[in-house]
Amino acid sequence: MKFAVVVFPGSNCDHDAYHAAKDVLGQQAEYIWHKDTDLKGADVVILPGGFAHGDYLRTGAMARFSPVMKEVQAFAAKGGPVLGICNGFQVLLEAGMLPGAMLRNRGLKFLCEHVHIRVEQTDTPFTAACRRGQVLRIPIAHGDGNYFAEPEVIAKLEANRQVVFRYTNANGEVTDEANPNGSAAAIAGLCNEGRNVVGLMPHPERACESVLGSADGLAIFESVVQTIKSGALVARA
Amino acid sequence: MRARVFVTLKPSVFDPQGKTIADALHSLGYGGVEDVRQGKYFELDLATTEAAQAKKLAAEVADKLLANPVIESYRIEID
Repeated sequence: MKFAVVVFPGSNCDHDAYHAAKDVLGQQAEYIWHKDTDLKGADVVILPGGFAHGDYLRTGAMARFSPVMKEVQAFAAKGGPVLGICNGFQVLLEAGMLPGAMLRNRGLKFLCEHVHIRVEQTDTPFTAACRRGQVLRIPIAHGDGNYFAEPEVIAKLEANRQVVFRYTNANGEVTDEANPNGSAAAIAGLCNEGRNVVGLMPHPERACESVLGSADGLAIFESVVQTIKSGALVARA
Repeated sequence: MRARVFVTLKPSVFDPQGKTIADALHSLGYGGVEDVRQGKYFELDLATTEAAQAKKLAAEVADKLLANPVIESYRIEID
């Protein structure tokens, strides 16, 4: 199967995602420049972390207008799995592919540290190989990761089981201290109503080999490989 | 014409930067400043000479790019 890793001017985790897909998981992977209008037969699309278009104005605000985003939206509309990591998540929010928006971290500092997130839902292509309640240790690196949505939107996300990852402590408990950025409902990641588009602030691609301090992020990549191979998702770019 | 677009966080949205600035002002002795909300200000130079058209265009770009309606609102002045 084939991963497409979208490259915006200012992406800086594209190589990490490519490395995880190609070298660690042994799958095909290809970079897709943001001006491309073809996803080149990919089975899964990754919007990587970084600072797309410099993140001027707001994080992800300009990237949503990159030509490739039309293809990404069409691919997602067909049910194709799309994963937005960090800045990629912010792009998905700005593009309206996921609900809500990001605010500056509540402590105003850029945070670069390992956190714990709990897998809340396993019926998405990116968590199918996880256990519900499984705690993953994965790094974050962001200044604007304070997830916000109006209370009625949060209620709808909860009712539809769209909260996929929550910040917790190492024991999997939601506490205020374990919430690094002030995100509403401790939301670290969520999915769309179709469950095929997932965004998260932590960086699983930076946690795929134990030499990097954690291999917990592998579960997310293995999930999508398993999902595609099982034939549960047949969309192809 | 010139359009001035003021983008601010909606009242329901917590503004950590505004809060930090308010705290700094308080520690400088400006207790009379009760609250601060930080926002963005844009000046758009527009080719049109029609105020109504200028306002319509400014609103269109504010809706499309300058403001995120999930967290922000805006107001426009034309001169």
